[in-house]
Amino acid sequence: MKPAPFAYLRPSGLPEALDALGGDVAVLAGGQSLLPMLNLRVAAAERLVDISHLPGLDAIDERPDHLRIGALVTHARLEDGGAPGPVGARLARAAGQIAYRAVRNLGTLGGSLALADPAADWPACLLALDAIVLTASAASERRIPIDAFLVDAYETALAPGELIVAVEIPLPPAAGWGSAKVARKRGAFADSLAFAALGAGGARIALGGTSTRARLMTRTAAVLEADPDAGEAALREAIEADLDGLEVPRGDGSDAWRWRCHVHTLLTAIAEARQ
Amino acid sequence: MTDIGLTINGEALRLSIDPRESLSDVIRDRLDLTGTHIGCDHGACGACTVLLDGVPVRSCIVLAARCDGHEVTTIEGTRGDPFMAVLRRHFHESHAVQCGFCTPGMLLMAADILRRHPDPTEATVREALSGQICRCTGYVGIVAAMLACAAELRQAAEGG
Repeated sequence: MKPAPFAYLRPSGLPEALDALGGDVAVLAGGQSLLPMLNLRVAAAERLVDISHLPGLDAIDERPDHLRIGALVTHARLEDGGAPGPVGARLARAAGQIAYRAVRNLGTLGGSLALADPAADWPACLLALDAIVLTASAASERRIPIDAFLVDAYETALAPGELIVAVEIPLPPAAGWGSAKVARKRGAFADSLAFAALGAGGARIALGGTSTRARLMTRTAAVLEADPDAGEAALREAIEADLDGLEVPRGDGSDAWRWRCHVHTLLTAIAEARQ
Repeated sequence: MTDIGLTINGEALRLSIDPRESLSDVIRDRLDLTGTHIGCDHGACGACTVLLDGVPVRSCIVLAARCDGHEVTTIEGTRGDPFMAVLRRHFHESHAVQCGFCTPGMLLMAADILRRHPDPTEATVREALSGQICRCTGYVGIVAAMLACAAELRQAAEGG
């Protein structure tokens, strides 16, 4: 169970790293998903570009209207309160739920977004926070809203030769925040996870753990925006319409549990965000 | 081949390695430090846990090449550590070891957990340990050892 051979490149700065991209390349950040995938040979690359030590990609900056988190900031650093303010507290809680501490010590925010695993925590969390993904290539830089960045399972808007350099989270955040996750075992990939942001600016309800990308529950958000005190029956109806829209199978008998997990995490996250 | 500089258990080494070698393979096969055990080889079991720059990582999913210029501590490097001596004694006394395969990774992770949570509840210990797989003990002895170790270290810190 070893990776197929690859050439290893360790650029000393971002421009050199961007020049090395393109072709059959894998980017190594924390490597906590990439290395298992290479070891199991479900992923392969001719060249591995190691950006783990690149300077300038691990900064956390608070500005008046946004919080900027560098792509190489680790889950553990966020878990330990590395990002300031109420958004930092939300990121800390989400980070602490990812896999295990030994994985969180190396795994990065940017790496998780770039892989876009359907059950990963950051895509859904950052969707609820309405983040913007900042990318760079040798030719240009882009600012991509997270909803446009996430395309499908393991598929993002990143173009060949493009790297994530940071994410920007708008400030101030919505007043209400809630999250819920169902997994078979602490640290395992989620069967369902939901994040809810409720405030004067509207509602953003994000769901992860489906068979595609993390998605916004737009009907549910519309119900909450029309009536912040909407009762459980109205919420359930909206959630079920959203899940139908995402083509989550309702299932019957033994596979009905997936549907119920999603309804549970969404209702739980919304209830917490209303407190 | 790629040349790297690595400090392992305090000793600075220069090594020439294949870029696809994991840190666990370099530790075991090139350095003969066989206290680091490889269970699953894809980051699922925690047996190969070592310290990279002082924090636990799973050495089977860390590329050795990316450790160039960094410091690695394996279970062999903890012999003189007084904190680890207390933890090892409690593992012995609470029967936290059966076959011993998970034990090196378990000890390194347990130490990190107790440093971050000096006064943990049983639930905290169990949650934080969830990434370390033990197939013998049912975790009862391991959790008991960690709680007893934490209590002794707290008492020592208070001068009791």
